[in-house]
Amino acid sequence: MNDFIRDSLDHCVKCTICETYCPVSQVTPMFPGPKYAGPQAERYRGAGKSVDSSVDYCSGCGICTQVCPQDVKIAEINSRARAKLWEQRGVPLRNQMIARPTVIGRLGTPVAPLANWALHNRAVRGIVQSIVGIHRDAPMPSFAGKTFQKRSRNHRGPSDAPAVVYFHGCGTNYYEPLVGEMVVAVLEHNGFRVIVPEQDCCGLPLQSNGNFPAARTYVRRLVDRLVPHARAGLPIVSNSTSCGLMLKREAHEILGIEDEDLKIVSESMYDLCEFLLRLHERGQLRTDFGSLPLTVPYHAPCQQRGHGIGKPALDLLALVPDLHMIELDVDCCGIAGTYGLKKEKYEISMAVGKRLFSDIAATGSELAACDSETCRWQIAHGAGVTAVHPIELLYRAYGLDRQGQRDLVTTGTQPARVSG
Amino acid sequence: MQNTSMSSLEADVLVIGGGSTGAGVARDAALRGFSTILVERRDLADGTTGRFHGLLHSGGRYAVKDPSAARECIAENRILRVTAADCIEDTGGMFVSTPWDDPEYGDQFLEGCRATGVPAEEIPVAEALRREPRVNPGIRRAFLVPDASLDPWKLVWGCARSAEEHGARILPYHRVLDLEVDGERVVGAHIRNQRSGEEFRIHATVVINAAGAWAGQIAELAHCRVNVRAGMGLMIAMNHRLVQMCVNRCKRPADGDILLPLRTACVIGTTDVFVPDPDETEIRQADIDLLLDEGEKLVPGFRQARALHAWAGVRPLFEDTAAVAETRDVTRSHALLDHSSREGVAGFLTITGGKTTTFRLMAEAAVDAACQQLGGLRPCTTAEVALAGSESHVPYRIGNRLAAREPLPQAEEIICECELITRSMLEETIRERDTTSLDDIRRVLRLAMGPCQGGFCIYRATGILHQGGKVDQADANRGLLDFLEERWKGIHPILHGDQLRQARLDDWIFQGILDVEHLPA
Repeated sequence: MNDFIRDSLDHCVKCTICETYCPVSQVTPMFPGPKYAGPQAERYRGAGKSVDSSVDYCSGCGICTQVCPQDVKIAEINSRARAKLWEQRGVPLRNQMIARPTVIGRLGTPVAPLANWALHNRAVRGIVQSIVGIHRDAPMPSFAGKTFQKRSRNHRGPSDAPAVVYFHGCGTNYYEPLVGEMVVAVLEHNGFRVIVPEQDCCGLPLQSNGNFPAARTYVRRLVDRLVPHARAGLPIVSNSTSCGLMLKREAHEILGIEDEDLKIVSESMYDLCEFLLRLHERGQLRTDFGSLPLTVPYHAPCQQRGHGIGKPALDLLALVPDLHMIELDVDCCGIAGTYGLKKEKYEISMAVGKRLFSDIAATGSELAACDSETCRWQIAHGAGVTAVHPIELLYRAYGLDRQGQRDLVTTGTQPARVSG
Repeated sequence: MQNTSMSSLEADVLVIGGGSTGAGVARDAALRGFSTILVERRDLADGTTGRFHGLLHSGGRYAVKDPSAARECIAENRILRVTAADCIEDTGGMFVSTPWDDPEYGDQFLEGCRATGVPAEEIPVAEALRREPRVNPGIRRAFLVPDASLDPWKLVWGCARSAEEHGARILPYHRVLDLEVDGERVVGAHIRNQRSGEEFRIHATVVINAAGAWAGQIAELAHCRVNVRAGMGLMIAMNHRLVQMCVNRCKRPADGDILLPLRTACVIGTTDVFVPDPDETEIRQADIDLLLDEGEKLVPGFRQARALHAWAGVRPLFEDTAAVAETRDVTRSHALLDHSSREGVAGFLTITGGKTTTFRLMAEAAVDAACQQLGGLRPCTTAEVALAGSESHVPYRIGNRLAAREPLPQAEEIICECELITRSMLEETIRERDTTSLDDIRRVLRLAMGPCQGGFCIYRATGILHQGGKVDQADANRGLLDFLEERWKGIHPILHGDQLRQARLDDWIFQGILDVEHLPA
């Protein structure tokens, strides 16, 4: 059996390019850097006990793998080393908790007002920090109260149009259902019928917190839900960059799932903007955009690099009259999913994001765009701006907000207002 | 010997040869309270010991055709795990019958192991593949034995330091120019310090020739005959551990049938070819191909894995009678020759043959014999006393250097990134070894032995050496070039795939940036 993740360490020529790009090792001595933790340390990892807990300080942003000119799977090596570490030591309760967004979502949704009060109350967060280890200042979204799944049940779309399957992810479901409605509206505007299958977490947070067995269970369950549609030849789109990547690549490459169903699903997966841009390239995207006189800085999440699709949001938004997008060239906002929530990593995550925050501030805009939900929460928190998914700008440019769709203006994450 | 003004040293025992045997003899003699001096023409463990694959034999390999060697191996294996713990990684060993091997041989193997006391246990193929997922899934049988991985340099230096702690003098880079024979007795040797050029004499009651494959050359200096032939073996180190245990083919010992983890690498070995001169070892492309092909049989995909370095060592094969055609048919047990009974030359013993696994036993036999000429037997304690560095009896683990960098891996500058050597480790070794040779440092620390083969660490190490003040600019520059040239001998035979890319990058660094061949000398 070949192990192509570990074997890729053979390609390392020690050029150090990954080290110069790593956002984490530049701001903390706790993480030794991707070359060290990846291809170098891997040679010292034998059958026995894990000895290098510093690998847990890798945020898993994946930039190292993307910039490696020799095709070393650096982030993937680190991810596996972290999983082995936690397999041996036992995943801490905090990490088990924050790695299960559907559990949190189901608990918080029925009591959304109370939960939101608690999430943004300084005293409560102080207690949570000391007991659970989630940093008191870490950005937290607000429960929407009514999930996207519930909202979409009453939605009646066109019945005879070509279908597209929507994998909305947990962020949309529990915190940003309005983003989900915009996705549906834009797709319907372009002549699609949108199928929203029942769905659960993709397992990514569990993977990045080192619980591979549980992550595999989640991803298999999700694949089971999606595979009938994929087998029917329907495309699946997702507005969650990292969850989409999980299905596209990571479930196979990092979790090592060898499965025909997964393969079919991964081949049918599209990032939302990737899908829309492909429509445009085939001349099938409606371009009846109205003027949107805004200047908006855009941050491409690091996980998007893993898709290998460039920055499709920028190509799409360039079609909108009077919309001026500013492409930011900072690699990482620092949050890396659940990394920046952790007490011991919050400061690192904010230090990583510092340049991004100041670059956004320098544009003077009160609005920023980014595809990934956790990055938007971090940007809103760190830069003090409203952070939106690019779909919201398209939605507004299409004028869909003026076509009877109520309360959909500025759904983006607001800067956190911590009370108390 | 005409030079009567030459200074001289006195000792009970003079040991010639600084491999595992010589270092073992020096330690044994020193522990028994004899004043002891060891001379080695180059660095310690620079000959056969430092060039072997690193297998601490369980005896399984010899169980069928050389039962006495097998018995010695398992006994010594048990002793060394306790006394030389720091040099040994308990990887365990596995013998497998690949599709190219007769599965029936497994029965002979088990029977041989049983007869020689080598613990061997057959396990289901599925279990073997679970333990070693990369081993050929077509294997038909698998057996576990207590093989282990042995670091030869740590072993020899552990012996040397133990010997020094008991008053011995260890003199690397001291060459024997001649043996001093007084009538029917060897009374000492004429020595040259290879570094300073100084010549002097060492007078000793007993001279023990532990020069391994070079033992014949030493014996001739006293007009004695030791018919030891050099069996050259080729090895290739691969970039990372493709196996976690020592994996052997379950068949009669042949070429390329061992693949074992050694520190961060894994090593495939070996070949066996008679060479007329142990100093003339040539790596032939056909032998490289043979090893890679055999590796492919053990671990499919082996040829795609990254080879780091190839090297050859010479086994000392002792023949007392008529020549044999195949070196593998020569017994791997050792030979102790008392030249007083053989040629009537007293005070002179030769200990040769054998293998690193049995070095302690060889030393014990040699010093036992020496005792008879030194006024009576003193008991040997090397089976109980731990080597320097192994006093805590904690076995070496692969992750040790990684663990040592925790919890703040960035806290100290790392000079050799592949082998995780920090600046302080390097500086301490330069001080302790009192050396200016990058190659000596390499043998202690594994400097430049990882994937980049010195590409990123050697210019750093050269700078640190120069900064220390013991090496002037010209010598530092020459030392750098010499080191690169020496490394290159082992790189060019395996140059393909990933290692070729590395060599290209290294070349840009040394030729393109440093213009290493035209540095001021």
